Amino acid sequence: MAKAGNGGPAGAPLADELARLEEIVRRLEADDVDLDAALTLFEEGVARLRSARERLAAAELKVQAVLEEAGGDIRLTDMDE
Amino acid sequence: MTLPLSLGSPTATDQVWSVSQLSASVKRLIEKHGIQLWVRGEVVQCKAYSSGHWYFTLRDAGSQVRCCMFRTNTMRAGKPPADGTEVYVLGKPALYEEKSEFQLVVSRMLPTSALGRQQQELERVRALLHQDGLFDPTRKRTLPAYPSLIALVTSRDGAAVHDIVTVTRKRWPGVRLLVLGARVQGEGAVEELVRALRLVNRLRRVDLCILGRGGGAREDLAAFNTEAVCRALADVRVPTVSAVGHEVDISLTDLVADVRAATPSAAAELAVPDRRDVLRLVDDLSGRLAAGLTARTRLASARLARTADRLQAAVQVSLQRRRNQADRLAVQLDALSPLRVLGRGYAVARGLDGQVLKQKADFVTDLPFQLRVADGEVRARVE
Repeated sequence: MAKAGNGGPAGAPLADELARLEEIVRRLEADDVDLDAALTLFEEGVARLRSARERLAAAELKVQAVLEEAGGDIRLTDMDE
Repeated sequence: MTLPLSLGSPTATDQVWSVSQLSASVKRLIEKHGIQLWVRGEVVQCKAYSSGHWYFTLRDAGSQVRCCMFRTNTMRAGKPPADGTEVYVLGKPALYEEKSEFQLVVSRMLPTSALGRQQQELERVRALLHQDGLFDPTRKRTLPAYPSLIALVTSRDGAAVHDIVTVTRKRWPGVRLLVLGARVQGEGAVEELVRALRLVNRLRRVDLCILGRGGGAREDLAAFNTEAVCRALADVRVPTVSAVGHEVDISLTDLVADVRAATPSAAAELAVPDRRDVLRLVDDLSGRLAAGLTARTRLASARLARTADRLQAAVQVSLQRRRNQADRLAVQLDALSPLRVLGRGYAVARGLDGQVLKQKADFVTDLPFQLRVADGEVRARVE
């Protein structure tokens, strides 16, 4: 099966990406993180933001028909809608 | 503007109609709005031709109307009705031009007794599914927030695919729609819907499944009220959206699915987020991330400043302590100083060689010496 649109080629699903970002922000907003850890979190946050934005910007809707062949194999063909 | 009609005999200015023109004109009048309606009546003289078309009369106590039903529709209607059968027909008023005969072109026929049976069957299935917990609110799953692969079970040629594609492209274009085609009404619809729903479970990475159909007559919902389709929908492993009826129609699949949508377009709106909303969320997170770090660094420098203050305070305390100690020592030193003794009236005698003259024997007659007193020295001589 071809790779999924928003799932990204290799990265985590967008939902996980945004959930991790939310966690990073919450930890940064709390008082109990030392400066080194805060900087590490910030760097990770920036990378994840970039990845999330790229995913939202890219992608073209794709419509495919699913066909079950006589032998039970599944075949996908592009549809013109 | 038409000229007044001469009633004695047609003149050159009068328009004379042919029968065909008259018939065509009346036909246009009757058919131009394409009105479709349900009519109830009793069927008589139904003739089923080898072409597959049926011709019959529908009547009640006061009137009757000729009806025709073409092959594409009779195929779904089963056997031709016996004389005297009470039916509902869905038809369009029309004119059979050749005979200028008013008639009803029927697309659907439903014996009134069958409607009762249909209702009974619906209640039976509803009770069964309810008993098995298929409508249980606790088994409802929430839809994924950001789907990337959506399975769509519906007629490949129907409006549902188009509506869902249109809405999805506008809101959340980074998605793949997999269309699993199935007839949604008529013969074979149940089997095809069940097969398509089972096929969804064989697809990998599907986030959710939409079961869709446009609106239409109540009879068209029949497949979506069957036990087989409802159970197949309940067995779909990913969250499901049923978009089968219009606002007023509810099917049993609507009750079984995790989420019910009034129309396929509404299903797409429930299934995918609006990209603009998600971008706003990302912007908000971005702002909070930057603000979070700034707050952290500010906190760190404040801590640093506090530490410096404490350090300075400590040094000052230490310095003060030393200063006090030095002062105390100075006082003691002062007390021990020979000058202090001289200050009380004592004097120190030294020879010219600087030796301190401590004893009587040191003082030889005529020896010059010096006396150190509090404010200076005095030259002296022993007598």
